[in-house]
Amino acid sequence: MAYLFQQALNALQLGSIYALIALGYTMVYGILTMINFAHGDLFMIGAFFCFLLAVYLKMTFVTTMLLSMLGVACLGVVIERLAYKPLRKAPRVSAIITALGVGLFLENFTLALSPYPKHIPSLLENFIWTVGSLSISSMQVLVIVLSLILMLVLDFIVQRTMAGMAMRAISWDKTIVPLMGVPVNAIISLTFAIGAGLGGAAGMMYGLAYPVVDPYMGIMIGWKAFISAVVGGIGNIRGAMIGGFILGTVEIMVAAFLPSTYRDFVAFTLLLVLLILRPYGILGKPQPQKV
Amino acid sequence: MNKSAIFIALLVVLSLLIFSCNKEDSSSVKIGVIAELTGDIPAVGASCKNAAELAVKEINDTGGIQLNGKKYPIRLFIEDNAGKADQSASCAQKLITQQRVTAIVGPNASRYVLPAAEIAESSKVILISPWSTAPKATLDSKTNAPKKYIFRACLIDPFQGRILAKFVLDNLKLKKTAVLYDVASEYNKGIAEIFKEVFEQNGGKVVAFETYTTNDKDFSSQFTKIKKAEPEIIFLPNYYSEVPLQIQQAKRLGITVPFIGSDSWGSEELLTLCGKDCEGYYFSTHYAADSASGVTKKFIASYKAQYNAMPDDVAALTYDAFGLLRQAFQDAGRNDRQAVRDALARIPQYEGVTGNMQFREGSGDPVKSAVILKIKDGRFTWFANAQP
Amino acid sequence: MISSVKIIYRAWLTCWHMLTNCKYFWPAVLSVGFAFCLAASVFEFLDLYLQLILIYVGINIILAVSLNLINGYMGEFSIGHAGFMAVGAYVASLLTVYVLPPGTSSVFFPLAILAGGVGAALIGFLVAIPSFKTRGDYLAIVTLAFGMIVKSVLENIDAIGGPRGLLGMEKLTTLPWVFFWTALSVWVIRNLVYSNFGRGILSIREDETASDLMSVNTRQVKMIAFVVSSFFAGIAGGLFAHALQFINPRMFDILKSTDILIMVYLGGIASISGSIIGAVIYTILLEIMRPLGVWRMVFMPLLLVLLMIYRPRGIMGLREARLFMPLRDVVTEKFWRREDKGADDATP
Repeated sequence: MAYLFQQALNALQLGSIYALIALGYTMVYGILTMINFAHGDLFMIGAFFCFLLAVYLKMTFVTTMLLSMLGVACLGVVIERLAYKPLRKAPRVSAIITALGVGLFLENFTLALSPYPKHIPSLLENFIWTVGSLSISSMQVLVIVLSLILMLVLDFIVQRTMAGMAMRAISWDKTIVPLMGVPVNAIISLTFAIGAGLGGAAGMMYGLAYPVVDPYMGIMIGWKAFISAVVGGIGNIRGAMIGGFILGTVEIMVAAFLPSTYRDFVAFTLLLVLLILRPYGILGKPQPQKV
Repeated sequence: MNKSAIFIALLVVLSLLIFSCNKEDSSSVKIGVIAELTGDIPAVGASCKNAAELAVKEINDTGGIQLNGKKYPIRLFIEDNAGKADQSASCAQKLITQQRVTAIVGPNASRYVLPAAEIAESSKVILISPWSTAPKATLDSKTNAPKKYIFRACLIDPFQGRILAKFVLDNLKLKKTAVLYDVASEYNKGIAEIFKEVFEQNGGKVVAFETYTTNDKDFSSQFTKIKKAEPEIIFLPNYYSEVPLQIQQAKRLGITVPFIGSDSWGSEELLTLCGKDCEGYYFSTHYAADSASGVTKKFIASYKAQYNAMPDDVAALTYDAFGLLRQAFQDAGRNDRQAVRDALARIPQYEGVTGNMQFREGSGDPVKSAVILKIKDGRFTWFANAQP
Repeated sequence: MISSVKIIYRAWLTCWHMLTNCKYFWPAVLSVGFAFCLAASVFEFLDLYLQLILIYVGINIILAVSLNLINGYMGEFSIGHAGFMAVGAYVASLLTVYVLPPGTSSVFFPLAILAGGVGAALIGFLVAIPSFKTRGDYLAIVTLAFGMIVKSVLENIDAIGGPRGLLGMEKLTTLPWVFFWTALSVWVIRNLVYSNFGRGILSIREDETASDLMSVNTRQVKMIAFVVSSFFAGIAGGLFAHALQFINPRMFDILKSTDILIMVYLGGIASISGSIIGAVIYTILLEIMRPLGVWRMVFMPLLLVLLMIYRPRGIMGLREARLFMPLRDVVTEKFWRREDKGADDATP
């Protein structure tokens, strides 16, 4: 029983990280109907910013967190302006290929600058509380709690502020909304900034939980988060959160009861089955096709 | 269409020109190096490259290799396999077809040696791996007969696994071990299985035998299972970039037992990444830098003077690999792959930086001894010797 | 000066058209090419390294053309192509290493490659089934998940080496074989696309519901397109395995699928000459930039991004080389091009 609980905690931790990254994918898709495949690499850049700030500028936990989120958000906006904005009128697939190219560029640029995996020093004391045979590490609790706070903040922004209303309006109908006086470009940049910021926060938390960062860490995690965003219903923020937690749970539980090499296989098969049963995702709405 | 056609034609002609621009260069001896300069174990590749350049510089400073009265300088070609097995194979192909090397030194990690060795063997080019200890590297994959052109400069895992198992049982006097190893990597899997076999044959018990895949970062499920099995010591035969993560996660889950490792721990980067979490643990390796004497001491001094760092086992073994090749070239007397290969196999006794070595009859594996090191005060310190 | 260049150009153009419209043009070109490759391989008057590059170019052409069938002509978004390649590679390698009697592998090599293609085609058949209901991005996920599932299934079967890979293949892929298979795949896919059946494939891209209403059996068309595409990907995989003499599941992960995607979109979607150009440019450019080391993989995506911004549909876009198009298509295209110059956003 305690074993199950321990694994459940592990699952929550991994799931929160997937959920934060999936949120970035979903927000951009909701607004621009574009899959930003460079998002996994923004996550990796977040972890690297955390490393740079912690090692070279020796900052504390809170400042590192805020600054790396800010840094990645700025990078997200820059990428959007340079690479995605010229392609708004182009076929959607070109934007996706551009996103792939940007992702590859970020990975290999980081690799060229720092080929060695880097170690992030621990910014917080790690306490271990033992409840019976259960070991709860404060790092796990921090990751889970922080992710929940960020998700609640995001939900608040999207549901209760004017900017959020504008975001939801743009995802409903992109052509009419500019006529209503909404600064579309600014809102799109804001969406990218928020999505990238969340990805950067996920990167930093991942870097704290697994303190070795290398340039290729974002690839698999990015693709897995993308799949969980789709399973939850892409374009739907609550769906992305649910999808992330589902994937995290499946991965941990599979490794808990089966050899770890089955992890990917079972996770993806389950996701595939979910998609076949509900082709638009768990919380997604079927889009009517007009002829 | 016609614009693009002209462009394409130009591109093809240009590349044909570039690629066929290989002058037959017979005034030097060409040796290739395949090292893991980027990827998951770049410290290993960097050591290999440094030692290779040092060895070649020393040989070229005396004029070169003596072949039939004339001295030929060595031309070194260094390729990066980026920590990928298929890149290893294509680097080997490139070195053999484009640079036309006589011999290849490297790769170092066993999982990268296997594909490169296939290509070298089928093209009849000598390949000597400094650091690969998995027995499969020098054996044919289908028939298990020894390969003719593949050699190594180090000991092999049946020996290493045995001494580690005996060390745990006889010196540390512990009977229950758990193992966490990378099932996607030939070396880790091989030595984990050898360890388990010898350990259980001699009265011990392996209570947990968990696996993960290369580049996995999360080991919490595996360590939770290991914790439940209550071992007295945990064996981690994994590379220096993964071990610190594993030890830290294990400790975070409340595991307090010690860890023990194999020669893949040997890089100084392990100490940087691990910090004080690795204090007091043992591992087996090829040579001990702090108890060096004679040729070893000279090598350490020149490496330190050139690169301002202590050479690790990869560097020492690479240096020895070049020494062996130099001896083979001189014995053969000419820059011919077959002749050099025969001379290499017949070297009677070579006194290297990592000990005396001699290749077994018909095999590319030398007979070598090992050492056990302990991590004390954040440094590698010699603990014991182990003879074959 | 300019006028003389123009005259020469026009003369060359007329000669070219006369040559290509001749009935025996293609058989002659293909036999000469094949003879050249055979001679180059047997007598080695072409540098070994150059032969290796040409082999990889050929394999990439097959991959790009087969993916273009689904992504370009059918308008779906498939990002799991490396999975089919993996299946083909493993099936072909297992046959030559374990099943075929030793020494005969070079004789039975084409059969092994064919078997690899058939294996991949079976998987393609499985992938086609979810494609009936899902569309657009959801199909992308389905193909992505399939690719990853294939990779992890291969990793878990220890008998074929698992994650450590499969060794022991002989170097059976030679330049004439690659030429043969490349020519075959380009021929088959080109003829498929310009046939009546192929019009069905194009109509699915333009408007699936409408074509369904117009009595195009979309299920059958999708099925056959996926099967043909994965068949050729499997063939490319088998050739690749015997050129590198080593395969492991990690080689066929999402990065490889991304590479193939880049080749297709670089060259231009829905264009056979585009895929050929894309594959050739991508492979050769990467080789030329090899002295740059790690930085070549920094410049390559940068070039790709710039290309996408300035030519979103790739080098060849939705156009096709006159060489590959049948006569009536050439006439029709000329007619429509005269009609509306500039309206280039035909496809979403």
